[in-house]
Amino acid sequence: MSFFAQLGVLAPTSALTEGVAPDGNAIADTVALVLVLIGALLCLTASIGLLRFRDVPTRLHAATKPQVLGLLLICIAIALAMRAWPVAAFVAPIFLIQLATAPLSAHMVGRAAYRNGTLDEGALYVDELRESRETPPAAGG
Amino acid sequence: MNPLIVIILIVFAVAALLALIRIVIGPSILDRVVASDVLLTEIMCILGADMVINHHTRSLPVLLIIAAVGVFGSISVARFVARRDNPR
Repeated sequence: MSFFAQLGVLAPTSALTEGVAPDGNAIADTVALVLVLIGALLCLTASIGLLRFRDVPTRLHAATKPQVLGLLLICIAIALAMRAWPVAAFVAPIFLIQLATAPLSAHMVGRAAYRNGTLDEGALYVDELRESRETPPAAGG
Repeated sequence: MNPLIVIILIVFAVAALLALIRIVIGPSILDRVVASDVLLTEIMCILGADMVINHHTRSLPVLLIIAAVGVFGSISVARFVARRDNPR
C-alpha cells in the first residue's frame, strides 16, 4: 500500500499563497471534517433509534441509514482529504459494494423478524404476507 | 487540536456506546444482529474518519473487505435463527 501512501502525500503544495489567505488545501480539509461530522451524527442518530424504537422492523429502519448515507459522506470526505484520483477510484467500489449488500442483510433480518412474530402486528396497515404465512406454498394442503 | 475533531470523536464514542447497550439488552437475537450491524458500520466510519483526520490511506483495504464480507454475519444469523426464539 505504499503506492497509495505516496499518492496521498503528494497533495498539491502552493508555496505562493502560503500564509496569505486560507488556501485550497485548508478549505478542502475543513470541508472533509464537516462531512465526517455529518456522517458521525448519522451514526449517532441510528444508535438513538436503536435504543428508542419498539420492535425489530422499526429498529431496522433506523439502522440502515448510516450504512448508505453515512458511508457515502465518509467516502467523499476521504477522497476530498487525500485529493488523489487513485484514492477516489479505490473509495468508489467500497461504497458500491456497501450499497449492494446493505439491502440484502436488511431484507433477511426483516423477513426473519416477520416469521418469528417479533413485530407489533397491530401497527401494520397492510400485511401482504398473511396468506402465505397461514398456508405455506407447496405445503400439500 | 481542532475542536471539530473533538466533536467528531465524542459523537462516534456515544454512538458506539448506544449500539453496545442495545447489543447487551436486546430482547431477541434479531435486535442484537441489527445492533451489531450498526456497530460494524460505525467501525467502518471510524476507520474512514481516522484516514481523513490523520491523512493516510492504509485502512482502505480493510474498509473494502469489511464492506464486502460484513453482510454474511447478519445474513447467516437471520437465516438460521430459531423459529421458537419468540418473546411472546
